[in-house]
Amino acid sequence: MAVITVERKVLEKNDEIARSNRALFKHHNVFVLNLVSSPGAGKTTLLEQTLDRLRTSIKSAVIEGDVQTDIDAQRIARFGVPVVQLVTNGSCHLDAMLVRDALQHIDLSTIDILFIENVGNLVCPAGYDLGETMKVVVVSVTEGDDKPLKYPAMFRNASILVINKVDLLPYVPSNIELLRANATKINPQLTIFEVSCSKGNGLDSWCSWLRQNISVNH
Amino acid sequence: MHELSIAQSVVEIVTNTVRQENLHRVLVIRMKVGAMVGVVIDSLKFSFQAITVGTPLEQAQLTIEAVPFQIQCTTCGRVSKIDDGVVQCPLCNSFETCVVSGNELTVTAIEISDD
Repeated sequence: MAVITVERKVLEKNDEIARSNRALFKHHNVFVLNLVSSPGAGKTTLLEQTLDRLRTSIKSAVIEGDVQTDIDAQRIARFGVPVVQLVTNGSCHLDAMLVRDALQHIDLSTIDILFIENVGNLVCPAGYDLGETMKVVVVSVTEGDDKPLKYPAMFRNASILVINKVDLLPYVPSNIELLRANATKINPQLTIFEVSCSKGNGLDSWCSWLRQNISVNH
Repeated sequence: MHELSIAQSVVEIVTNTVRQENLHRVLVIRMKVGAMVGVVIDSLKFSFQAITVGTPLEQAQLTIEAVPFQIQCTTCGRVSKIDDGVVQCPLCNSFETCVVSGNELTVTAIEISDD
């Protein structure tokens, strides 16, 4: 019997394309966020509110990932920014190849920031590097304060945590301090924002953080 | 269910490594899967079987070593296996730790019969 020693990363092809995406983003000084969450946490609403606040000063583009439909792209297009809808037809995550294909339709030289809204899923997108500058995990208080402990890989790989729907705290048994503590137990380096995308709480500090990072990136 | 696309990548690596005419002689494909990569080993094996039916790799067995999530404390130096993903040293309670293992997702070896 012959044994061939291989030692190859299973996702090496994805990682290679992610590296070339990242180099392209760097070349054009584009700050790129990969937004991940469970379905319904509020990624698209966070994007709408963010685009609305940034549009006078910052040039944005959006890649929308969904299993089916272009509903989210239609919502985003109302803000007058370039948007590409990726429909995965059942696949549970975006990969670097899909993002590379979407980039054919976006002129990176004309934008400051690219938001990639991943498929709603707290498991699979954790393993796929898209070439982003950082991952943003969005969690809503209605999902419970134990989410970081249940999905540690996603919270480990993210740099930013946005806790959404804080206006609903009086109506749900979630403890936001416990949620924050659980998240930092998994990833002590997380930067955390508390927001309500429907009422507007916390969005100004989120947007000023974005502006700061965009200017650092330039 | 991204185990299916992981299984497809494994098949791709094997077919790029072993000559086409020898693929049917692949006995074992060895892999390492870390506890922190979110891959369910049974699902990965099931997916691999499902996509290799009727192909030269039909008889190949996927043997997976599950690698625990381990951290090393930078305060006391101890290496600990962690089951819940919390990066706190169980000995001295410090959060000043680094990850030692658990992020592996690799094909490590391919065993091929001689005849």
